[in-house]
Amino acid sequence: MSERKIMQEQNMQIVSARSRIIRGCVKCFTYAFLILMAAVVLFPFYWMVISSLKSLEEYRLNVPTFWPRKILLSNYADAFTTASLGRLFYNTMIVGVVSTLLSLVITVLSAFAFARLEFKGRDAMFGALLATMMIPGELFTITNYATVTSFGWMNTYTVLIVPFLVSVFYIYLLRQNFMQIPNELYLAAKVDGTSDLKYLWKVMVPLSLPTLISITILKMMGAWNSYIWPRLVANDEAHRMITNGLRNAFTETTGDVNYPVQMAAVAIVSAPLFLVFVFLRKYIMAGVSRSGIKG
Amino acid sequence: MVDSKQQWKAWLYLAPAIVLLLIFTVWPIFNTVRMALLENYSGLKAAAGMQFELGFGNFVKVVQYKRFVQCLKNTCLLCVLTVPISTLLALLVAVALNSIKFLQKGLQTIFFLPYVTNSIAIGMVFAAMFNIVGSFYGTENELIVTAGIINNIIGFFGGKHINWINYGSSYEANMFVMVVYIVWNALPFKILVLLGGLQSINKQYYDAAKVDGTPRRRVFTHITVPLLSPMLAYVIITGFIGGFKEYTSIVGIFGENMGPPDDAGRLNTMVGFIYDALETNSQGRASAAALILFGIILVVTLINNQVSKKRVHY
Repeated sequence: MSERKIMQEQNMQIVSARSRIIRGCVKCFTYAFLILMAAVVLFPFYWMVISSLKSLEEYRLNVPTFWPRKILLSNYADAFTTASLGRLFYNTMIVGVVSTLLSLVITVLSAFAFARLEFKGRDAMFGALLATMMIPGELFTITNYATVTSFGWMNTYTVLIVPFLVSVFYIYLLRQNFMQIPNELYLAAKVDGTSDLKYLWKVMVPLSLPTLISITILKMMGAWNSYIWPRLVANDEAHRMITNGLRNAFTETTGDVNYPVQMAAVAIVSAPLFLVFVFLRKYIMAGVSRSGIKG
Repeated sequence: MVDSKQQWKAWLYLAPAIVLLLIFTVWPIFNTVRMALLENYSGLKAAAGMQFELGFGNFVKVVQYKRFVQCLKNTCLLCVLTVPISTLLALLVAVALNSIKFLQKGLQTIFFLPYVTNSIAIGMVFAAMFNIVGSFYGTENELIVTAGIINNIIGFFGGKHINWINYGSSYEANMFVMVVYIVWNALPFKILVLLGGLQSINKQYYDAAKVDGTPRRRVFTHITVPLLSPMLAYVIITGFIGGFKEYTSIVGIFGENMGPPDDAGRLNTMVGFIYDALETNSQGRASAAALILFGIILVVTLINNQVSKKRVHY
């Protein structure tokens, strides 16, 4: 009997040792896979940065170097002047800040109406709004192009801001957030004689601040990355935005291109996005996981 | 009394949104259908007071247009190639990330990085990586200065250099570069959603499987994937919708040329076709193409909903 027990225990030990080895192998494999994928994901960023620091001669070496022999910061100065990035930054900031502020006001008011106020046709209207999210933006662009032309808005900041102020998705996001705030708070405020706007500003807005921050970041990123609409309606020197400016300044993509300067420009354009990412990652991820829309 | 007061107050709050939506969203829907149904509609000619007949001519012309067929082919090919690859890779990464503790947060941050980028800007980086610096004239005396980092890596492993995006490059090579870039770009969103889904799966299922001694592969196919299916369906459908609207990533790598220097427009997509038609003032044709694009997206969504109903486990 006791012999049998010992045999069993030995058996158990062998089994558990084997499973531990298997588990260890799986763990090694998992880490190897993840680190390989992470390297693939990071490589373009690495290549962008080191290329932007190389001299043109070094970039054109037959066998590329993985670290610049001599770090050359002058590429960045060249990039700044070649693409007149200063002006592009300025234009993009104006469009980004103004459109974000106005968009926030409109979104808060609409979300409040949909979440808290009773009015005829509310649910039908909200459903109709959600349905428009299915329609590809290009379908709107064709007509909007004609509309803004007839308004005389071509090549102004207005044309870059106004057509995209209302986002059904942001209204939806904020409405969901507003609905989670107990209605009792609203009724109590009503009893105290607080006006709607004051209640909205003092209670609803602070309570849904994370969502509002997410919207702000996504909207700013949208302005930074927008390409198609600005190219159609405001591609003049005075109003050109950053992405168009970058593409216009470096039209050559293949052949013998001055890549170090081009990569420096790309790095400058990417840098603000990285800073936002480093400091506000939480809000971006929260907003993004619910959208599926880039920017 | 209170009710009617709430009524007009609600409309007051909604007023700015409604006005803007009427001008920039509702009117365009009707107008696009109108323009698509007017034969050869053109904004310029309409401004000059020309009248147009009603008919389906725009749709017929668009479908018969050789360029459109090429655009449709490119778009569909990119969708069919990139959505499964990126979904599978994202699933593997998410499952792997979910199974580790050490370095999880750091790796998660790295995998999300491509999301916060400018698709034109990073497209230019990819172009630099695949580009062969030198002069190509489609003749014998080609001058290669440096073959680019990707070709050098291929060469390091003993492979032959490939002309990816330069003068005289093949359609397959171009497509390969686009697929790599689009998958790279699509991964972060998919990983984020799938990892979120994995983390919300009840641990009891895994504990039960452990008690029963279920092998890993069975746990993956019989617990993880079914419980993750709503997220998978979501990621696939948004992937397809995004794929059908592909445009800027191609501009990022190939520029406005939408193809290698010797074959402009070879990689053009549906969206690119719409903008080309718009720029040549053929609003009728552009509208017809936009409605076709909408139709495709609608059909894909409906098919996905049907499949989801049967397959997705909630």
